[in-house]
Amino acid sequence: MEVIVCISKSPDTTARIAFTDQNTKYDEQGVQFIMNPFDEFYALVRGVELQEKEGAQLTFLNVGPASNDIIIRKALAIGGNKAVRIDTEPKSAWDVAKQIASYLKDKTFDLVLFGKETIDYNGSEVGAMVAGILDLPFVSNASKLEFENGNFILNRDIEGGIEKIRVAAPCIISAAKGMAEQRIPNMRGIMMAKTKPLEVVPAVETEDLVELVSYSLPVEKSGVKLVDPENMDELVRLLSEEAKVI
Amino acid sequence: MNILVFADHINGQFKKTAFESVSYASRVAKSNNGICTAVVLGKMNDPAKLSGFGANKILEVPYDGKFSSNVYSSVLMELANRENAELVVVSHDLNGKSIAGLLAAKWGAGSVTGVVSMPEFHNDGMDVVKGVFSAKAYARYRIKSAKKVISVMPNAFPPEEVGGDANIESVNISIPADRIEVLSVERAEGKVPLPEADIVVSGGRGLKGPENWHLLEDLATTIGGVLACSRPVADVDWRPHNEHVGQTGIVIRPKLYIAVGISGAIQHLAGVNNSKVIVVINKDPEAPFYKAADYGVVGDLFEVVPRLNEALKKYLK
Repeated sequence: MEVIVCISKSPDTTARIAFTDQNTKYDEQGVQFIMNPFDEFYALVRGVELQEKEGAQLTFLNVGPASNDIIIRKALAIGGNKAVRIDTEPKSAWDVAKQIASYLKDKTFDLVLFGKETIDYNGSEVGAMVAGILDLPFVSNASKLEFENGNFILNRDIEGGIEKIRVAAPCIISAAKGMAEQRIPNMRGIMMAKTKPLEVVPAVETEDLVELVSYSLPVEKSGVKLVDPENMDELVRLLSEEAKVI
Repeated sequence: MNILVFADHINGQFKKTAFESVSYASRVAKSNNGICTAVVLGKMNDPAKLSGFGANKILEVPYDGKFSSNVYSSVLMELANRENAELVVVSHDLNGKSIAGLLAAKWGAGSVTGVVSMPEFHNDGMDVVKGVFSAKAYARYRIKSAKKVISVMPNAFPPEEVGGDANIESVNISIPADRIEVLSVERAEGKVPLPEADIVVSGGRGLKGPENWHLLEDLATTIGGVLACSRPVADVDWRPHNEHVGQTGIVIRPKLYIAVGISGAIQHLAGVNNSKVIVVINKDPEAPFYKAADYGVVGDLFEVVPRLNEALKKYLK
């Protein structure tokens, strides 16, 4: 089995969010970048488990500049056989999807795994777009993935429940919480990661369909209004008369 | 500008997000002298309902399969072409999310997902705003391609009843062969899905154990709210995984979010920060959640929650 896990870079969950260049650029100064948690905790670890249990060949795929290598090495320290980085500073979800699809189009694989979304742009789009470009079956938000008799059996999250799905390889799946548990790389893994191949491939030209106009920050809350815990009639009054939500 | 909008349903009943999407699409169509065409796949109890939310035309696609993002996106693309639509609108719920990117890629459209604004039109494109950095900022994007796809955030645009008498047409379309098979569907029946709830009552570790959840159940029943929980509570199985709101769980934007015994870690806030009004009940005055709250009650939840429940009963009577 050939498994490809796509990993992306995102600012740390607790990173300060600020913008420069008249609110058109994310201010990266002092920001710690991490592997997108949905990619790392769920897609990547499930890929590693398939490598261990099913003897899958596991490749990590990233679209980004050389500064992303630190994140790719972390992935290789958790598992995988090799990694590929498509060398570009991605402009949009569409750009990332086109880069991944053009790399994959002449490769053989059974499964491409993504995290369900990134924690910076929250788009949930890249996996779906790759499936659209390559005309492959796509299942999103899978919280469980098993391999049985040549098929993948998935739990897909739906509002208030789950769908159980069977899909044949090759396919594209996005992973949600529940698919696997986070792993911390150990010293042996970190040493081994240094000798695993990391191939850098050139990017293809893509067209811009969508461009960023500007960022903005939400209006700050005016501050919490504290209510006496003995006087819940007052809270009810505020919710009704002031906030008008009940 | 003609608009195609996908109206999703569960076993023949429209989702609330279907009305929201149709209402949104019809407002955009109206201000651009276009036609708003709603698409329904499968058997619906009452497709005409959509005309009440402003659809000018309703297309019924005969389909007896289950949800498939590949099939649905192919059907929407074919119908968008037939109707000369420039924009396709879906909801940013779990089905819509898995359709949007596929449809955009197949159709060659520019797309923005999780939209929280009405579109603004410019010479070189259409602007929409979406939340980014897990609810900590917004980004305005311009879609410059002729074909456009957007998914609209649930609970961001209340459906507006405008009345109307749209034609319902059954369309003749060949359904592409599907490569996924839905083996079974498990869904809690009769429950409002969390992303659609107007009022959410949520509990954290402060409740000390699942046996105390009756306090929140009572409060939710009184106020007509839906139950949710923080991640640690779902992780130790006090409550089911599908009640977990937060960054890795479900992202919600209700009118009222009542957080009981939840400290308000940044990952939790990422899932609830867009609630219109947040009430925090916690015994720790230093809980970070108070910074994001509109109203706070510093006190013992085991006393405060029953007291609030009684006060609400009195008010709602």
